[in-house]
Amino acid sequence: MIYLDSAATSFLKPPCVAQAVFEAMNTLGSPGRGAHPLTLAASRTVWECREAVAQLLGAADPARVCFTPNSTAALNTAICGLFGPGDHVITTAVEHNSVLRPLYRLEERGLELTILPADARGMICCEDFARALRPNTRGVVCNHASNVTGNVLDVERIGAFCREHGVYFVVDVSQSAGVLEVNQQAMGASVVCFTGHKGLLGPQGTGGLCVAPNVTLRPLVVGGSGVHSYDRRHPAQLPEGLEAGTLNAHGLAGLLAGVRYIQEQGREELYHREMELSSAFIQGVRKVRGVTLYGDVDAPERTAVVSFNLGEEDAGVVADVLAQEFGICTRAGAHCAPLIHEALGTSRQGAVRVSFSHMNTMEEVKRAVEAVEELARRL
Amino acid sequence: MLRKPQLRLVVTFPTTAEALKTEQAARAQGVEGRLIPVPRQISAGCGLAWSGPPETEPALRAVLERAKVETEQVLTLTI
Repeated sequence: MIYLDSAATSFLKPPCVAQAVFEAMNTLGSPGRGAHPLTLAASRTVWECREAVAQLLGAADPARVCFTPNSTAALNTAICGLFGPGDHVITTAVEHNSVLRPLYRLEERGLELTILPADARGMICCEDFARALRPNTRGVVCNHASNVTGNVLDVERIGAFCREHGVYFVVDVSQSAGVLEVNQQAMGASVVCFTGHKGLLGPQGTGGLCVAPNVTLRPLVVGGSGVHSYDRRHPAQLPEGLEAGTLNAHGLAGLLAGVRYIQEQGREELYHREMELSSAFIQGVRKVRGVTLYGDVDAPERTAVVSFNLGEEDAGVVADVLAQEFGICTRAGAHCAPLIHEALGTSRQGAVRVSFSHMNTMEEVKRAVEAVEELARRL
Repeated sequence: MLRKPQLRLVVTFPTTAEALKTEQAARAQGVEGRLIPVPRQISAGCGLAWSGPPETEPALRAVLERAKVETEQVLTLTI
């Protein structure tokens, strides 16, 4: 089996991640709930994970790295915690539904929403942010890297725009954390939302948000916090303020192992390896008759995500044949990002997405290219 | 009596994060003590407190300052 679906989840992981989860399940109590040895061990592990994530993502303060079950929960927390009726928010057509749907829901309650259009290659024009500005603009929400094309937005430039106009900047780094350089302080992001199970190589059920020191969010969920138990209101201080309920300490132990692995191996080195594989795939299939590649595949900075179609074939059928006949795992469909597919003209057909890990091999790329060539001959 | 009361240095914190930072920094500097549940005589934002021998107070204060730990109270208590 050849796994080329790392943009969905990092199935290929260093063994230290599963080992850390196993050990955590045998050694950790409930984090932040009491002071016996097992619960302190859990609290320490979670704290070390906050420190590791803060360091990797350039967050100012580990205590403001708040964990959630995934990126969707983090984005809902950030979006619903910052914006409300009467506010104007700017986002883009290359966003995932985890950004779009919370915004649509707020729009039904009186939020004003501008969605900057993508061109036929799925690219956003940065000048459009300034054109969309209104007196009541309260923030910008966008991703760092597209989960469909692998193209990136210039988040430092957008961050500078947000700072200049005094609006919040929420960045979805689901596809870039652990892959591209993510530096919350350099990009001036109010909130950075991440998932643990993609580029950070952790287990599913981990994710979170890094909240800048000057930013206050209304919590989405309130309840048990381990502190101020007699207070009727949930505590405001972070990280507890955004972490109602018991954390997934077992998963976070795995996330810590994943982040440490990235730091030990070197993020840039891992990125370089997966981009070599991705580039080889692009070079292999771009000359194949009947193949359409999407996005700017020659952009100097991008992630190892490549979407394509074969003739007019349904992307779901192509992915199914790749899996059944060639043992190659890819992801077909709309990838929870409907607006970029409208821009690419692939709403009906969908697209086949292949996404590489540094743990894939050039031999696997060669076999994937050969499979695409074989299917193209059948068109 | 479950155990003999002792005079201890007790430090309380507004958040669990500050308590954990204290433990990490104190261990790194070899300052004796450990995290305990907050004694009932005092109230604190966080359920964890630092407890150490009273004579370690100057060393612990230096650790707290260097690690930029935010504390609520630094007390000497019989617990």
